Amino acid sequence: MLAQNGFNRAKNAVTGLFSWIYDLITSLLDLIFGTLQRLIGVRGMPYAFVLPNLLIFGIFILFPMLLNFVYAFTGGASFFPFDRPWAGTDNFERVLTCENYLEPRTCTEDLFWRAAYNTLGYVFFQVALMVLFSLITALILNRKIKARGFFRSVFFYPVLLSPIVVALIWKWILQENGLVNGIITSLGYEKVPFLVNAQWAQFWVIMISVWAFMGFYTLILLAGLQSIPSEMYEAASIDGANPWQSFSKITMPLLMPTMVVVLVLSLIRAFQVFDIVYTFTGGGPGTATLYLVQYIYNYGFSSPNKQFGIAAATSLLMAGVLIILTVVQLAIRREEK
Amino acid sequence: MKTILGFLRLTKGHKRLDFTDVLSYGYLAFGVFIMFGPILWLVLSSFKTSGEIVKFPPRLLPFRQETVMVEGYEDPLPLYEVTFDDDSTRVLAQVRRVGLEAQLVDPENPGELIKVNIDQRQPVEKVFFGPDNYIEGVQSFNFGRYLWNSIIVTVLATLLTLLVNSMAAFALSKYKFAGRQTIFMVMISTLMVPLSVVLVPVFLVITEVGWNNNLLGIIVPAAATPTGVFLLRQYMLTIPDELIDAARIDGASEWRIYSQIILPLAKPALAVLTIFSVMWRWNDFLWPLIVLSRSEYFTLQVGLASFQGELNVQWNLILAMTVLTLLPITVVFGFLQKNITTGIATTGMK
Repeated sequence: MLAQNGFNRAKNAVTGLFSWIYDLITSLLDLIFGTLQRLIGVRGMPYAFVLPNLLIFGIFILFPMLLNFVYAFTGGASFFPFDRPWAGTDNFERVLTCENYLEPRTCTEDLFWRAAYNTLGYVFFQVALMVLFSLITALILNRKIKARGFFRSVFFYPVLLSPIVVALIWKWILQENGLVNGIITSLGYEKVPFLVNAQWAQFWVIMISVWAFMGFYTLILLAGLQSIPSEMYEAASIDGANPWQSFSKITMPLLMPTMVVVLVLSLIRAFQVFDIVYTFTGGGPGTATLYLVQYIYNYGFSSPNKQFGIAAATSLLMAGVLIILTVVQLAIRREEK
Repeated sequence: MKTILGFLRLTKGHKRLDFTDVLSYGYLAFGVFIMFGPILWLVLSSFKTSGEIVKFPPRLLPFRQETVMVEGYEDPLPLYEVTFDDDSTRVLAQVRRVGLEAQLVDPENPGELIKVNIDQRQPVEKVFFGPDNYIEGVQSFNFGRYLWNSIIVTVLATLLTLLVNSMAAFALSKYKFAGRQTIFMVMISTLMVPLSVVLVPVFLVITEVGWNNNLLGIIVPAAATPTGVFLLRQYMLTIPDELIDAARIDGASEWRIYSQIILPLAKPALAVLTIFSVMWRWNDFLWPLIVLSRSEYFTLQVGLASFQGELNVQWNLILAMTVLTLLPITVVFGFLQKNITTGIATTGMK
């Protein structure tokens, strides 16, 4: 009781302190913005409010996006755009030229094609598995389950972990003398070189990403499921619908808008896979888990002969894919409305 | 088939536990194991000594050899259980090891030296959670510095994000002005183009501004997040305009309307953005990796990644530092999990 009292008093003191600081800062800013308002009038004020955001946005997001085109259409090794000779579409041609498009070895820029095929494979399996597991988990959590909040948090917890932490945990578990190999040998089998074998590395990169991100999509799907009115199921069961009918005729159609959001969000994120893999396999073994963002990163920042033109051209190709995905999503959503 | 269908069905609850309930709880229990198992394994491993950690097959709990103080010796001696030729066993303290021979003494009777083959002795161990890895890790890893950088970046970037985005959202939702639609459309269209595809030019801009190896270089650029503006704007649209009109009649300045009326009413949306921002900044990796190259400016994530790169074998230290890195966000989640999960569930899809 006494502790509770003390805790409340401390809490009140902290809240009071914060609101005092808040008032102090806003009053100070009121002096500035009040003077400004006298100068430019109420009609000018919205511009003053968007300006800070617009400045940061313009300098650090919009301007670099435009600058990317300069890099993509110029060549040379210089970092400064004005020192770079015009190269036309050379960078794109170099990246996109292949004798046989299904065989990365025959391409001028074979690493790009390896990275592109790796990324496509990763995106397909990662998104498919993650949406499947998220959907199953959300459907189960939507049943009358005891301690639903607890289970929801359990599945969500890895979402909060940083990609580096996630990668290190799993690297530790899957390494040659790790937990999984310990269990395998205690069952009488040979050790499996999970991080050295190309197929195993690709497999685990996908599984780890599913592990790390599925909680987020489970939450969104669960919210979608809970927004379906229960009267619909009651009405269906009065009409004699079996479980499969109520699932396929009520749940799936009404969940579709949420599914589209989940699919597009997870696709966009999957295309940008980088940090987990960077720490987990570093792109290896060989080029087995080299994906597009790391390909860009390698050319732009870590390789000894940096080729900004190639990196920028690849960026633009990737941005193109992402924009198409977004437009498709917007189109689908509009159609639904 | 029927049971699988029933399993997929959205039930309205059963009077008694049936097969589908058993399956559901089985799945959830398995989920708890898969989600928490790796974390538990990480924490247990982080207490193992550097000798213990390379042992294969690994043991679940961290063990440490017991030691004993023996009269006549300065340092504590490690205890071994020695099996003699006649199958009798005794617990002895090892003084030294010479080749294949171990020299041990009875702690009760330190005068007599007993010599045995090293194969005849087994270390006496107990489960022990020692802080050694944490202490050594913090010293060699410069944990305090990285933690401080991470906190600075997270706190300042989040405050800046909240301020700048809420101001923009206020203007975009509560005023009609020339260019409003254009600004909004440009922001929305960049919502889906991620930072990772503009790496090179962004790095040029940061270099030109002079924010290379400067925490400002990771605090400021990401503050104007279109997601934040969008989220706050959608929420502020639901605040009735009459409140603003009434305040204007009372002579309140536009800034007062924003700070004393709009912001307090937009608290739920601001809370969600705070959660997102803290999560983004604390876990951010690619951007800090590019902007920061001197180790005194590293954030925890960059520091941890480079730590495991340089000390490839010292897993006991890496694991201890990993635990310390995930601790703050775990504690915050422990306290706020309900707000976080419901907040994301309601706004994450918009």
